[in-house]
Amino acid sequence: MELTKLTALELGAAIKRGEVSVRQAVQAALDSISAQNKRLNAFLTVTGERALERAEQLQAGVKHAQSPLYGVPMALKDNICTKGVKTSCASKILGDFTPPYDADVVERLARAGAVSLGKLNMDEFAMGSTSETSFYGPVKNPWDLQRVPGGSSGGAAAAVAAGMGWYAIGSDTGGSIRQPASYCGVTGMKPTYGSVSRYGLIAYASSLDQIGPLCRDAADCAAILDALMGRDPKDSTSLDGPYGNLLHGLTGDVRGRTIGLPIQCFGDGLDSEVKAAVLAVADVLKARGAQVVELPFPVMEYVVPTYYIIAAAEASSNLSRFDGIKYGWRAEGCQGLGELYRKTRTQGFGSEVKRRILLGTFVLSSGYYDAYYKKALQAKAVIKEAFDRAFARCDLLLTPVAPATAPKLGESLSDPLQMYLSDVYTVSVNLAGLPGLSMPCGFDGKGLPIGAQLIGPHFGEGVLLNAAHAFQKDTDYHKRTPKGGEPA
Amino acid sequence: MNIDTVMVDYISQLSRLELEAEEKQDMAAQLGQVIAYMDVLNKLDTDGVEPMSHVFPVKNVLREDEVLPSQDRAELLSGSPVPDEEAFLTPKAVE
Repeated sequence: MELTKLTALELGAAIKRGEVSVRQAVQAALDSISAQNKRLNAFLTVTGERALERAEQLQAGVKHAQSPLYGVPMALKDNICTKGVKTSCASKILGDFTPPYDADVVERLARAGAVSLGKLNMDEFAMGSTSETSFYGPVKNPWDLQRVPGGSSGGAAAAVAAGMGWYAIGSDTGGSIRQPASYCGVTGMKPTYGSVSRYGLIAYASSLDQIGPLCRDAADCAAILDALMGRDPKDSTSLDGPYGNLLHGLTGDVRGRTIGLPIQCFGDGLDSEVKAAVLAVADVLKARGAQVVELPFPVMEYVVPTYYIIAAAEASSNLSRFDGIKYGWRAEGCQGLGELYRKTRTQGFGSEVKRRILLGTFVLSSGYYDAYYKKALQAKAVIKEAFDRAFARCDLLLTPVAPATAPKLGESLSDPLQMYLSDVYTVSVNLAGLPGLSMPCGFDGKGLPIGAQLIGPHFGEGVLLNAAHAFQKDTDYHKRTPKGGEPA
Repeated sequence: MNIDTVMVDYISQLSRLELEAEEKQDMAAQLGQVIAYMDVLNKLDTDGVEPMSHVFPVKNVLREDEVLPSQDRAELLSGSPVPDEEAFLTPKAVE
């Protein structure tokens, strides 16, 4: 049995049956990390010793384990706070930051018997769509080392695709789980806003940020979300909801479900191979008894500007806390407090982060607030309404995740606007607070994974996971693994 | 909307950032391009549309006023770039 090829649930079951020890699983992951991380740069911090100690503790309780994920090793994006383990957000300014507390999701996973292998590389402060803006160097795509893994949870997607852990926890502000999942051929999900606590997630854009899993298939995704979701008094935006039954609800039965294809998501600018692969998902689900309808979604041209105005505005406010006083890195030789702020921030932030802080400051500044920020909040209401109209006619929407497969390293950095535009299919989901799932649905002529996105109404996670599960019963794209990163 | 280096200076000052002269030129060009693209929103009719901050109806969240232990002071101070046992230290802020 090649351990690193199992799904998280398969490994959890093997541990429960006593066929594999937690230590063996941890060791297999650490070996895989040693062999591949230098090449992929997916992990920023590997906590091997802690993981082996934790494995021993967990092994003692295997017989009484309740969670299907008990003993399964995983890793966390480096913007999720971990007590006693460095959490850098892939930035220089938080390069030495060791949080004095755990994020809520870290505590929940610990209760579910998870073993953390370490912290994953990402775009600096989650600002980027390629994982190239990391202060610690770009992550490489395990399917082709010349290409990006997507972003901002690029380390998470690359680690899962390359078998360096069975699942990863990422964050998604405008597609940061779904798009790297797509580029790396794994399954990922951004759940309903408010369903997973953001306590301990280093904020980028608080009204859009949401934590979620990257993993091997829909069943793993369901099990992980069952562990993550729940109201948390420490996050005032967290909601009460119908939590805990996603895994048990997976039947693969999609009879009577109506799947909407938003016409504007399949028009100009979409790669033809991506389009064909995504439309083929509709055919598979149709064969299983679902209905497919085309419907208008006339707000597509407004989603990217609306998203970037709101996200940048919130970022400029959220990142004002990084000033070199209470934690993190501080510039040296400063005369006075003002200079300390300016030098620390100027030297501590990378250029994409500065660009978004400045953009956010501009759209919030006196004289421009109404024309940009207020206008974007109004556009957000219009976008939310367009989703409401769509969900009056169908149970879920099927769209591409990204207009094309993974670009080459360096291609996106030179043209920020072009990079922003590639987020066109994912950002609207965050604006409306909806759940969105990304799953592998094919490969292009270059051998690169293609992703399909399923979008549901608020708390529609069960419907999405069930549709993805149905698709994965009839296809094997999610089971394919990269050969080692040489171009095909 | 055109973004020039004067505007970049102004928003840099508000953001507590300092850009080199060359960086300023690049930033003005890039922000100008992004903001010009954002003007597409002017085509969208939003007359009478209420600005939406939260997608879910937000209500005030109240709880009992129970006394709970707070974070340990030494732990919180341990992350400071200039270690001290009692306070966060900064350069002198008032003359």
